[in-house]
Amino acid sequence: MSARVGVVVFPGTNCEHDTVSAFERAGATATLVWHTEERLGGLDAVVLPGGFAHGDYLRPGAIARFSPVMDAVARFAAAGGPVLGICNGFQVLTESGLLPGALVKNRGLRFLCAPSRVRVTSVSSVLTCGLAPGTELGIPVNHFSGSYFCDDRTLAELRDANRVVLRYVENPNGSIDDIAGITNAEGNVVGLMPHPERASDVLLGSADGLPLLRALVAAAADVHAA
Amino acid sequence: MRFAARVEVLLRPGIADPEGATIERALPALGFHDVHQVRAGRSFRFEVDAADELTARRRAEDLARQLLANPVIEDSELVLTVQAPAGEPS
Repeated sequence: MSARVGVVVFPGTNCEHDTVSAFERAGATATLVWHTEERLGGLDAVVLPGGFAHGDYLRPGAIARFSPVMDAVARFAAAGGPVLGICNGFQVLTESGLLPGALVKNRGLRFLCAPSRVRVTSVSSVLTCGLAPGTELGIPVNHFSGSYFCDDRTLAELRDANRVVLRYVENPNGSIDDIAGITNAEGNVVGLMPHPERASDVLLGSADGLPLLRALVAAAADVHAA
Repeated sequence: MRFAARVEVLLRPGIADPEGATIERALPALGFHDVHQVRAGRSFRFEVDAADELTARRRAEDLARQLLANPVIEDSELVLTVQAPAGEPS
């Protein structure tokens, strides 16, 4: 049986069906998980997809962190389960404290919806494991608050522990150190602003996101087998 | 007692404030050449029931720190006033 990936749906999430479809293309069985769920029974990986959870009120991700499912996601992460936050999902992970730092408004106050190129800068994560370091991928971005920020000490920690998993080739939003995606110390929780699910088929203009999704599915399969 | 709280949340100094900068850039067109250092933030108002001002202040500051501001990027400032003394209907 293939790995089971749960895609969390908050009120205002809008990328869940694309994400389910992309993960199925990557070989997983993907299902939607409503944000009031208190258990993630039977899942091998959890994905927080893009959108505007709870209307992005207060700050993106600030209210989503109180959804009942987030306690279950935190337990799942603490037990070593693979957790991926894409775009708004990344914002939810930082607001929840599952990843350090914050996503602030883009440099120039521009909403960005554009192709972007990212480079794999660490393969020590469930999203990049198995890829060749330095690989460049074409994956689109679609955000207003996507500029990654953290204090100097956190940035030094991220760099020293090789936790910056993706960097923009050309920084589109003012992110500190060109950061497009990071992981936690254990490598099982990853957040990124670009949308790999929107680059999961050549028909979409790029299939460069598939290797990332497949890496997560492989990590989920390991959980499944354990 | 009931206290009225106003919490102002601003980006911490040193963190880019593109909203404030954009507003500031628009000012010369309106003739406001004498206005500088524009910063954009948010203001929240709420009421707190507490036995005394110190307790009310602590509760409001906890709320500001845990939810209204993101301490990674924002500072918050609290202004607290007595709205209804004990014994009076609020």
